[in-house]
Amino acid sequence: MADEASIDTPADGTGEGVRRRDFINIAAVSFAGVGGLAAVWPLVRQMSPSADVLAESSTEIDISAIQPGQAIKAVFRKQPVFLRNLTPKEISEADAVDASTLRDPQTLEQRTKEGHKNWLITMGVCTHLGCVPLGAGEGEVKGEFGGYFCPCHGSVYDTAARIRKGPAPKNLEVPPYEFTSDTVVKIG
Amino acid sequence: MSFPWANHYKPSHPFMQWLDEKLPLPRFVYNAVGAGYPVPRNLNYFWNFGILAGVCLMLQIVTGVILAMHYAANTGVAFDSTEHIMRDVNWGWMLRYAHANGASAFFVVVYVHIFRGFFFSSYKAPREMIWLLGVVIFLLMMATAFMGYVLPWGQMSFWGAKVITGLFGAIPLVGEPLQQWLLGGFSPDQAALNRFFSLHFLLPFVILGVVILHVWALHIPGSSNPTGVEVKSESDTVPFHPYYTAKDGFGLGVFLLLYCAVLFFAPNALGHPDNYIPANPMSTPAHIVPEWYFWPFYAILRAFTSDFFFIPAKLMGVLAMFSAILVWFFLPWLDTSPVRSGLYRPLFRKFFYVLLVDVLILGYCGGAPAAEPYVMISQIAATYYFLHFLVILPLVSSIEKPEPLPYSITEAVLGKDDGAVLSANPAA
Repeated sequence: MADEASIDTPADGTGEGVRRRDFINIAAVSFAGVGGLAAVWPLVRQMSPSADVLAESSTEIDISAIQPGQAIKAVFRKQPVFLRNLTPKEISEADAVDASTLRDPQTLEQRTKEGHKNWLITMGVCTHLGCVPLGAGEGEVKGEFGGYFCPCHGSVYDTAARIRKGPAPKNLEVPPYEFTSDTVVKIG
Repeated sequence: MSFPWANHYKPSHPFMQWLDEKLPLPRFVYNAVGAGYPVPRNLNYFWNFGILAGVCLMLQIVTGVILAMHYAANTGVAFDSTEHIMRDVNWGWMLRYAHANGASAFFVVVYVHIFRGFFFSSYKAPREMIWLLGVVIFLLMMATAFMGYVLPWGQMSFWGAKVITGLFGAIPLVGEPLQQWLLGGFSPDQAALNRFFSLHFLLPFVILGVVILHVWALHIPGSSNPTGVEVKSESDTVPFHPYYTAKDGFGLGVFLLLYCAVLFFAPNALGHPDNYIPANPMSTPAHIVPEWYFWPFYAILRAFTSDFFFIPAKLMGVLAMFSAILVWFFLPWLDTSPVRSGLYRPLFRKFFYVLLVDVLILGYCGGAPAAEPYVMISQIAATYYFLHFLVILPLVSSIEKPEPLPYSITEAVLGKDDGAVLSANPAA
């Protein structure tokens, strides 16, 4: 380095090739670019669900009062959940269908917990555009397959909350849940 | 830029001369919308709608900023604060109705402005950039209007937000995380309402910025005109002031009469009664529809009822809805005819009116329940919509024989142009 080469002339003195200034430019802009990207990350991430919203995403529900044939609406992640105590007739209706012929092929076993086949627990959110289907409340229309009926665009779900007719692409979603006892369900 | 014969700004008062040296703002106004801006002499009333759109934007900004002084973006009180504006705030009812109906008026004006562009091919060179910026403004307007409609936190607000953000959920792989990112939760709630309010306040000023670019780009080639023939000489133009300030002023008066008639005599005619019910995440209104200005695009969204090859119906609907506007970006290059104005394009003109009817049909279907026969009509109308832009326009441009154009704007207006003889001789 004793030569004291100028930062504006190439090291070999021919007037071509890489100058020291090129290196400094690239290094400075790269450094600023990485720093800029790092600064953008918090601006993007602040949009995601915050800690308190995520903290609400687990809920416990006492199901002891729900008689066979009844259903209740609960709230999970600020969205409705249907908890339904199926009658033996509704279970046999669901089992009588060949699952492979369905739009979203699933059996009632796959959609319930082992030993709790009468407990159908699904989100009350139509898989078409997110409306709340009817059928969980007392006296509501259950649709021609005895499960749920979405009034928005006419999607019909059966007694296993599987899509049978209408525009919805999927069965009503089964949220993650577990039985903490025979009468208490923890969703989320 | 301006034409060489444009009037020059000559301030006579010493203060104006002093100001002109330090900050030539009066000069800028003089050259932009004053006597220093020569404009084609034959503009018809369809050319009023650009100014009207600007007036609507200012109206929305003024009423909106005032409403924001009385509104609270909190799910617990948003609905009540809206009713507080309606019942308690002095003149609050008028300001809110002015803002809500102002949005409708803005879209009416902008739709006329856009279809003016379609008919007179205002998007053609050298005005492509004006058109592209205009489409950007329209997209921003749609986003702003959608978020504004969510703020009162009524049933339609909530379920509109749910359905529209649900559209993003249709995107493969990233859809659901993207939807949660947009909402800041799993369904519309406090986080979503608060950010929609923030963005609804910001976006009008972004629109204003793009409008300034839009007008800047316009002032480079100058306004188009009903003949589509470019300005050739001074006799083709008149100064913007007083000629078009007067004409725009008259148009503005007519517009305000109609706007005020709706505002004072039918302020809820374009709204939905369901939005006077507070948002309830547990119960969906029987018939969810967006505001009327989204109906044509909503109809295209719902037109896809079965899977298309390997693309799910829901995703296909979303793609088609966005494409319906994005296709406008390509319009300057899809319409290859050298003639601009629809007045001289017999075949193009017929298809223009078919498109107009087609969009009206789509609009009607978008507001109707998603049942037959509306679904099938939407499907046919949506297909035709894309056919028009992607097939018919390029085809018409290549096979059509346009009618003879006037030599100049002056000839179109006066029946003769003395300049035509003079300039024809040296060429001969």
